[in-house]
Amino acid sequence: MKPTLVVFFKEVRESLRDRRVLINSFLVGPLLGPAIFAVMINFIVSRELDRAEKPLPVVVIGAQYAPNLVEALRQGGLSPLPAIDNPEQAVREQRVELVLRIPANFAEDWRAGRLAQVEMIFDSSRQDSSQQVQRLRALVNTYSRGVGVLRLVVRGLSPALATPLLVAERDQATPQARGALLFAMLPYMLVFTAFFGGMFLAIDATAGERERQSLEPLLVNPVPRGEILLGKVLASALFAGVSVCVSLVAFMLAGKLLPTDELGMTINLGLAFASRVLPVMLPLVLLLAVLQTLVAAFAKSFREAQTYLSLMQLVPMVPSMLLVLMPFKQQLWMYAVPLLGQQLTIMRLLRGEPVTLPQSALCFAATLLAAWLLYQLARRSYDSERLAIST
Amino acid sequence: MIEVRALRKSFGTVRAVQDVSFIAADGQITGLLGPNGAGKTTTLRMLYTLMRPEHGQVLVDGLDAYADVLAVRHRLGVLPDARGLYKRLTARENIEYFARLHGLDPQLAAQRIDALVVALEMQDFATRRADGYSQGQRVKTAIARALVHEPQNIVLDEPTNGLDVLATRGLRRFLQRLRSEGRCVLFSTHIMQEVAALCDRVVIIARGRVVAQGTADELRAQSGETNLEEAFMRLIGEDAAELA
Repeated sequence: MKPTLVVFFKEVRESLRDRRVLINSFLVGPLLGPAIFAVMINFIVSRELDRAEKPLPVVVIGAQYAPNLVEALRQGGLSPLPAIDNPEQAVREQRVELVLRIPANFAEDWRAGRLAQVEMIFDSSRQDSSQQVQRLRALVNTYSRGVGVLRLVVRGLSPALATPLLVAERDQATPQARGALLFAMLPYMLVFTAFFGGMFLAIDATAGERERQSLEPLLVNPVPRGEILLGKVLASALFAGVSVCVSLVAFMLAGKLLPTDELGMTINLGLAFASRVLPVMLPLVLLLAVLQTLVAAFAKSFREAQTYLSLMQLVPMVPSMLLVLMPFKQQLWMYAVPLLGQQLTIMRLLRGEPVTLPQSALCFAATLLAAWLLYQLARRSYDSERLAIST
Repeated sequence: MIEVRALRKSFGTVRAVQDVSFIAADGQITGLLGPNGAGKTTTLRMLYTLMRPEHGQVLVDGLDAYADVLAVRHRLGVLPDARGLYKRLTARENIEYFARLHGLDPQLAAQRIDALVVALEMQDFATRRADGYSQGQRVKTAIARALVHEPQNIVLDEPTNGLDVLATRGLRRFLQRLRSEGRCVLFSTHIMQEVAALCDRVVIIARGRVVAQGTADELRAQSGETNLEEAFMRLIGEDAAELA
C-alpha cells in the first residue's frame, strides 16, 4: 500500500475514535446551517402569515362620528378597541400601539363634501407596530379612494379625472427568486460546513501531532514528507466532504418540511440541487483541506492553529456579503475564482436559474488547480526543518 | 555501521554542534555521553536525517545520509527525544502504522509485532489504547515501532529517561540482545551508570565537540582516574564548571 494511503487510513481511523471530531464534523458543522435556517424561515413565514390574516386591533376614538368608515375598516380586518383617554400619552408609554381618532366635526365635513380628517397616533420608532400602521393607512386610503370614485361617478365625471397616473407593478421575480432572498446566506453556510468539517482533523494531524510529540518519529520513516502531507490532506478532505453531504441532506429535509409554499416561494433543495452543488464543492473541500493543513502545520500548538483557522473561517463571508450587498452582474470569469464560483453556482440554482456546463466546468477546474498549486507550496514548506521539532 | 564526520550545526548565533566525528560499529553498543546542552540531540537529529548539517557527512552502512535519504532511513531504527504515541490507537496499531510506512505487508508486520511484544514484555497492554500508558509502556511501544522493520542500526536518544529501575534493566537486556544479533546500537545519555553497564565504546561530547572517545578502560587511562565518573568530569573539564 502506498504510504499516502497508510497515512490516510490511520488518520481516518484515529479521528473516528475521537468524539470531539465526530461531533464537530458530522453534527455541529453540517447541521448548524440547516437548523439556523429552519428557525429563520419559520419565523419569517409565521410573521408573513400574521400580517395577512390576523385581525388588526386598533383603538378607535369617536367611532360614533363615522359609522360607515368604521364598518368598512372592520371588513378590511380591523378590530376596533374601546376608546381611551389621552391617547398620545398611552402611545408614548407603549400601552397601546396604534390609535385612530375621528374628530367630532368629521360627519359634518363629510356630508358637506369638505376635506374630512382622521388622525393616526403611533410611534414610528417602534419597529413592531410599523406593519400595523401600514395596514391601517392602506385600509383608510382604500376607503377614501373608493368614496372619491363614487362621488365623481354620481356627478357624471370619469374617475380617471382624479387619478391621472396609475402605476402598474410587474414583479419579474420568479417564485424561486423570492425564496432565494431568504436563502442568501445558504452558500456561506455550505462553504462554512466544508471549512468546519475537516478543520479539527487538519489541526489534530499537524499541530496536534507536533504538540503530542509524535511528528518527529513519524518523519523519520522512509517516506517523502509530501506523501505524508497528502495523506493528511485527503483524510481532512474526506471528513469535510462527508460533512458537506450531511449538510445537503439536512437542507433537503428542511426545504421539504418548511411551509414556504404559503409564501408563494419555491425552494429547490432536492436531489437536482445537491447533484449540481456537490461537483463544485468537492474541489473546494480539497482546497480548504490543503489550506488548513498548511496553516496548522506551522502553528506552535493546537490552540494557536485553532485561532488562525477560526479567523480564516471568516474569509468565505466576503463573497457572500458582496453578493448580498451589491448584486453585481455575473460574468463567466467569476466562476474561476474559488469560493466566489461556488457561491454564484449555489445562488443561481436556488433562484431556479440554469447553471451552464462551462460555468460548472470552469468552477471545478479552477478550484482544483488552485488546490494543486497550494499543495505544491505546502509540500515545499513541509520540508522545512523547523516543522518537525517539537520543542 | 554509522560513521559521522566533522558535523556542524548552528541555530541563529548558537553553535549547537561544532565538530563531531565518531564511528559506531556493528555488534557494539556505543554511548554518546555528555552533559545537558552538549549537542547530543542535535548530533543525533543530523544523523537520522531530520536536520541537514551545515558541514560534515553522515554515512550509514557506507551510504551518504543526505544523498540517499530514504535508503538510509530504511537502515535506521530511531527512538527520538520526542516519543509521543497516538493515544487513540493501541500499542499494536501504533507499531503497525510504522510497519506499513516501511512497506511491510500485513502478515509480516503482524509476525514482527508478535515477536516484539514478547521481547519487550508488552503482552498485558499491547491491545489497549495508548491513552493512560505509563512512561515505561510508552517507551516500550516507541522502541517497538522503531524496530519493527528490523534495522541494522539503532539510534536511541536518552532511552532510559523517566524509566524506573526495573524498566531500565529490561531495556538494557534488550539492547544487549540487539548487540548479540550483530546490530549497531548507538544511544545518548547523560547518566554515567548507563555507560558503565552497557557500552563497548564511549564518545564524550561537551560544548558541541568530541572531547574523548574509546572504551571505558581507555578513557580511565587517558584521564588518569580509576573511577569512570571522575574520568568523565576530568575529560569534560572546564566545560562542566561553566555549565554548572
